[in-house]
Amino acid sequence: MYRIVKKRKLIPHTNLFKLSAKEIAAKTKPGQFVILRVDENGERIPLTIVNADVEKETITVVCHEVGKSTKQLGNLKEGDYILDLLGPLGKPAEIKKFGTVLCIGGGVMAAPLHFQAKAFHETGNKVIGVIGARTENHLIFVDEMKQVCNELHVATDDGTKGYKGLGFLRDLLEKRKIHRVIVMGPVITMKMVSEFTRPYKTPTIVNLIPIMVDGMGMCGACRVNVGGRTKFACVDGPDFDGHQVDFEELMARLKMFTPQEKLALVFHEAGGKNA
Amino acid sequence: MSKPKPKIKKEAVPMSKQDPKKRRRNFNEVAQGYTKEQVVAEAERCLQCAKAPCVKGCPVEVDIPAFIDLIREHKFGEAIKKIKEKNSLPAICGRVCPQEVQCQVYCTMGKVGDPISVGRLERFVADWERKQQPEIPQRPASTGKSVAIVGAGPAGLTAAADLAKLGHEIVVFEALHKPGGVLIYGIPEFRLPKEIVEAEAKYIERLGVKMKMNSLIGRLYTVGELLEQFDAIFIGTGAGLPRFMRIPGENRCGIYSANEFLIRVNLMKAYAFPKSDTPIYVGEKVAVVGGGNTAMDSARCALRLGAKEVRIVYRRSKKEMPVRAEEIENAEEEGIIFEFLTNPRKFIGNERGWVKAMECIRMRLGEPDASGRRRPIPIEGSEFTMDVDTVIIAIGRTPNPIIQQTTEDLQVTKWGTIIADENGKTSIERVYAGGDIVTGEATVISAMGAGKKAAKAIRKYLKKN
Repeated sequence: MYRIVKKRKLIPHTNLFKLSAKEIAAKTKPGQFVILRVDENGERIPLTIVNADVEKETITVVCHEVGKSTKQLGNLKEGDYILDLLGPLGKPAEIKKFGTVLCIGGGVMAAPLHFQAKAFHETGNKVIGVIGARTENHLIFVDEMKQVCNELHVATDDGTKGYKGLGFLRDLLEKRKIHRVIVMGPVITMKMVSEFTRPYKTPTIVNLIPIMVDGMGMCGACRVNVGGRTKFACVDGPDFDGHQVDFEELMARLKMFTPQEKLALVFHEAGGKNA
Repeated sequence: MSKPKPKIKKEAVPMSKQDPKKRRRNFNEVAQGYTKEQVVAEAERCLQCAKAPCVKGCPVEVDIPAFIDLIREHKFGEAIKKIKEKNSLPAICGRVCPQEVQCQVYCTMGKVGDPISVGRLERFVADWERKQQPEIPQRPASTGKSVAIVGAGPAGLTAAADLAKLGHEIVVFEALHKPGGVLIYGIPEFRLPKEIVEAEAKYIERLGVKMKMNSLIGRLYTVGELLEQFDAIFIGTGAGLPRFMRIPGENRCGIYSANEFLIRVNLMKAYAFPKSDTPIYVGEKVAVVGGGNTAMDSARCALRLGAKEVRIVYRRSKKEMPVRAEEIENAEEEGIIFEFLTNPRKFIGNERGWVKAMECIRMRLGEPDASGRRRPIPIEGSEFTMDVDTVIIAIGRTPNPIIQQTTEDLQVTKWGTIIADENGKTSIERVYAGGDIVTGEATVISAMGAGKKAAKAIRKYLKKN
C-alpha cells in the first residue's frame, strides 16, 4: 500500500499526487514512469513521474481524468492509499549538455516535462520552454517552468493566453540555433512538432506512453513502429526519435479499447460495481 | 485354498470433466478431480515397484510410491506431507505437470495398460488438504543467513520454500502485483484456478518467506545492490517476453501477443470486465498463431470470451505440436478449429487500422530441423486469405532481459539466457539462476526442478561460508 501524502488540484479534473515511495524515489530519473493500481479490481495505469524527492521519500505524478480508472484515482484524498505502485520504469531521458534545448509540454505533460527541463538546466543547457494547452484555464506548471527555463513561451489552442497554437515554433526554429527538442504531450502535438523540426534535422525526442499492461516488456501492447522496427515503449523507450515514429499507427492503437473504456465509465457513473 | 488376488485394472480411473458445450463459455475449471472413492481405486492400481522407476521421471524427486501407498490407506494428510517434503506446489503440479512425459513414462503399469495417474492423485490430496485446516509448518531457528529470490514464478517459489525450510531469511522480489509468475499471468483459470496459486503462495509465505511485490529488479535495485544485503541471490525471472512474427501489419489493432491477451485475461481478470477494470476485445473470428500450450490457452480463452470461430493456425502438423495431448483433446471438444501446415504472411487492415484478414500460405514438411521436428517449408502459390478480426500471436517467449542488461559480469548466451551450471551457479559468485531464464521457455516443473537444485547448491554454499 502506498500513501497519498499530498494531493493538489491543478485544474479541473487534473490532480497532482505526492505518493510515499521511498525506494522508487531513490532510483527515479527524469523521463521514467510508474504503473499504479488503485484497488484490487484496478487497471494498471502508467503515469510519467513528475518529480522524486529522496529526502521526503516521495514521488510526484499528475493524473488527468479521462476514464474510469483515472477518475477513481482523482477521487482519492490525502491520506488515502493506493494498492500497487511499480517503478521506476523505462529508460531515463538522456540528460547532458547539448547547448540549447527546446522543451515543449502539451496539456498535463507539462508537469513531467518540468522534471526534464530542470535537469537540462542544471546540466548547463540553455532551456527554452514552451507550454501548450487548450485554453488559458488548462495551463499548468507555468511558474515551475519559469524557474528552470531561460525563456518560456505559452501557447493555447484558442489564443486566450500567449500564442494561438504552436505555429510560432516554425519561426523560432528558423531564427534560433536549437540543438535538441523534447516534446511531451498528446500524440498529435508530438507529431506536429516532429514535422516542424524535420527540415532542420534538429534531434527531436518524443516521450511515448501508449496503451500498456505490465510496463516491463512482457505484453507488447505498447509496441510502436520506429524507423520500420517494432519497439516496446515501456523498455526500449519511452523516449524515441520523433522523426522515426509512425504516429498514425500509434494513434490508431491508442483507440483500440475506446468502446470498452466508454462502457467502463458509464458503468462506473451508474453506481459502480452493483450497476 | 488361498483367495485369488484381485486382478489389477489395466485402465486408469477416468476423471470427470465439465461438459464441453457448457465449459466453452465459462472460465470454471475443466477437469473436476477425483472423488475419494476414485482416488483410492486409482491408487490401488499402483504396483509399488521396489525400484520406483517413476521417481526418476520427477524433476523434484517426489517419493511417488510412498504417497500413493498412503492414499491407498486413506491417509490423505500424510500423503500430502510426503509430497510436500519435495514439492511445495502440489495442487499446481497435479494440474499442469506433463506427467505423461515425466513420471508416468517410467510407470511399470504403463507397459501393460494405462500408467498410474500420478498427477490426479497428487491433485486430490493437495485439494483435500486445502479444504481442511492446513497444518502450519514448523519454522526452524534462523540461521542468520539471507537469500534474495528474484521472480515469484515456479523456480523462485520452489527455491524460496526449500531455503526457508532450512531457516534462512528469504525475500522474494516480484515485479508484478501478485506472486506466481506464469502460473498467475499465463495459465488460464479453467486449467489452474488462481485461488489455488494464491493458496500455494500463501503456504510458502507461512514457511517464513517474505514476498515483496511491485519490485522490478534491475530498476528498483540492481543485482549488485542485492549482493550487498543478502548472502546469496537466486534469479528466476523467466521467459516473459513475447515473440512476434515480424511480418507486415503486425501492429494493427486487434492483434495481440499471447502474453498480452493472457495477462489481460488471467492476471487482470478482463473476463470479468467491467467489474474488473481491465478491458479486452475479442471479435467474432479469432486466429491464434502457434502450436504450443500458450496457443491452446489463448484459443480457449478467446472462445470463452464469446468468439464465434477460433482457429489455431500452426505451420507444422498435429504430430509436431509441443503441447499436452490432453489439451488438444480438450480444445477439439470445445470446438477449436485447427489449420495445420499454415503460416501467416501478412496482416491486412481496414481504414481504421484494425486487422480484417490474414494472408496465409500452406506449408509442407521437409527434413527434421534442430528441434528434431520436420521443418515446415512454404508451398509457393498456395497463398490464400483468411478473414479474421482478432489475432493472437503465440509463437513463443524469450527471456526477460532487464537483469542481464543491468548486471555487469553476468554471462549470458546469444539468446539472452543466463549461463549457469547444472547447480544453477552463474558467472558471479553468490548468484544462482534457474528455470526459463537459463533454459529458455520450458515447463513449470522443470523450472521447479531447477529452483530445487539451486536451493541445494545455495544451502551448501551458505554452510561453508
